[in-house]
Amino acid sequence: MPHCQLSILNFKLPSQYIYILMKKFQTDMLVADNRMVGPGATLLTLSFPGELPDMVAGQFAELQVPSAKVLLRRPISIHFIDRERKLVEFLIQIVGEGTSSLAALKQGDTLNVLLPLGNGFNYRSTHISKPLLIGGGVGMAPLLFLGQELSGHGIRPTFLFGGRTEALILRQEEFRKYGDLFITTEDGSAGEKGFVTNHSLLMDSEQFDRIYACGPTPMLKAVAHWAKDHETACEVSLEHRMACGIGACLCCVEDTADSGNVCVCKVGPVFNIDRLKWFN
Amino acid sequence: MVQLNTKIGSLELKNPVMTASGTFGYGTEYADFMDIERLGAIIVKGTTLNPRQGNPYPRMAETPSGMLNAVGLQNKGVDYFVDHIYPEVRKIQTNIIVNVSGSCIDDYVQTASIINTLDDIPAIELNISCPNVKQGGMAFGVKPESAAQVVSAVRKAYDKTLIVKLSPNVTDITEIARAVEGAGADSVSLINTMLGMAIDAEKRKPILSTITGGMSGPAVKPVALRMVWQTAKAVKIPVIGLGGICSATDAIEFLLAGASAIQIGTANFIDPSISEKVIDGIADYLERHHFTGVQDIIGALE
Repeated sequence: MPHCQLSILNFKLPSQYIYILMKKFQTDMLVADNRMVGPGATLLTLSFPGELPDMVAGQFAELQVPSAKVLLRRPISIHFIDRERKLVEFLIQIVGEGTSSLAALKQGDTLNVLLPLGNGFNYRSTHISKPLLIGGGVGMAPLLFLGQELSGHGIRPTFLFGGRTEALILRQEEFRKYGDLFITTEDGSAGEKGFVTNHSLLMDSEQFDRIYACGPTPMLKAVAHWAKDHETACEVSLEHRMACGIGACLCCVEDTADSGNVCVCKVGPVFNIDRLKWFN
Repeated sequence: MVQLNTKIGSLELKNPVMTASGTFGYGTEYADFMDIERLGAIIVKGTTLNPRQGNPYPRMAETPSGMLNAVGLQNKGVDYFVDHIYPEVRKIQTNIIVNVSGSCIDDYVQTASIINTLDDIPAIELNISCPNVKQGGMAFGVKPESAAQVVSAVRKAYDKTLIVKLSPNVTDITEIARAVEGAGADSVSLINTMLGMAIDAEKRKPILSTITGGMSGPAVKPVALRMVWQTAKAVKIPVIGLGGICSATDAIEFLLAGASAIQIGTANFIDPSISEKVIDGIADYLERHHFTGVQDIIGALE
């Protein structure tokens, strides 16, 4: 793994401060494609006007909502990037008015976007050889970009995805391009029946040196406890209700062991579980 | 070229557009999206004597054309501001105003006297209207007597421009405005958020950890505009208008209603470069109507 090369005045910066140096953009992006890829899930592809900025897997964008009924932007994680064609993909679960109107966008529409935001998964400055990427529901979204990035560094990750039923395990073919995919479903319609933390893959706790997880909070907590119990490094991406997305409004806080309340949008959304107060 | 400059007491602003406390961080959060030095002033996050963790998550609920927040004045305290934030924000070439809050009069006075020593902070905005803290905050701002008490105590300790931020959660805001004017305020800014509430019907639970929170955004604009209009007629000191301003037209309405300057709050979350657009839009409006400057439209409602 390449180590973080960023330095200012000869001080090597720890990777968690990369976001401070990464310029954020506010730009109108053209809708290149928008199509349903599963029950209640749309894949929105936006075209960036110019070279794509550097982005870290786990970072997100704030998408303007094309509906007068909705005031705030919607924070959506970066699902995949195509640097050559200057495209950024977003996998969006339709849950309310905001995401419905994003799903209704047509090719050729424009959308104002802020990106890249937040602090992504730590993989550029840490030595990793056998990562396990765990996703729950549409929480799998940033893990495709992470798989793409890891693959670029010669690492083949293992994916473990959980969902209520088979149809909700989205984009299986795309994930398989970058690594092996294991599945759990609550109804047993695909893979092993149960939750991700019950999967037989986790019987051998030695085979992974780092877990990256994204999904519903109860799943993240179960994964974090498993990782803690098995002394495996683990990072989770939190999904808190946000307003600004850039650390100004202080609405989306998580209480951390080292710094108290911090903005998930700026310090996160990815946190090393050692920072979280989930284990008391 | 039209004259965009305006004054709040002795404080000179290059234009009437400020960003509201708690919506613009310390300014630097927005530097990637706009030229923050174009602003008339940046009012930084509410600062208290001691560090505050703020309220637990969840702190925000979206509402039709608005939002509720219950941040609860999370900040690292005035000493941290002086040592770590001030050295950075003083480099920004516009007015940096500190919003000061407290739980008791002595907190306000001590914080204001510390800020008073900072050469590059030309004004404070005294927050007697935060609805999200258990003690102090709005409690001072809803009665003329207590509002006057805290302002006159701070006035003795603070000799630069003193702006007092008023709460809309009162029967008659002009009464409070007159009381703080009498106690020595140089200006009043209004409105802070309106007390509101949101419920998740499916879970049968409140959405905010504090149950109630402060409402802001375009939904509150008509109320804010009315209060600014009433207050501008009731006091001689300059009034700063805020509450749901999302465009240059909104800003101009507040100026016409009698505001000498305006603040942009929640709209910063929707468009982080909105305040620059508002500055340009005000200039366009003045040119289009053949005015020489902002002064021509302050209180010019016909």
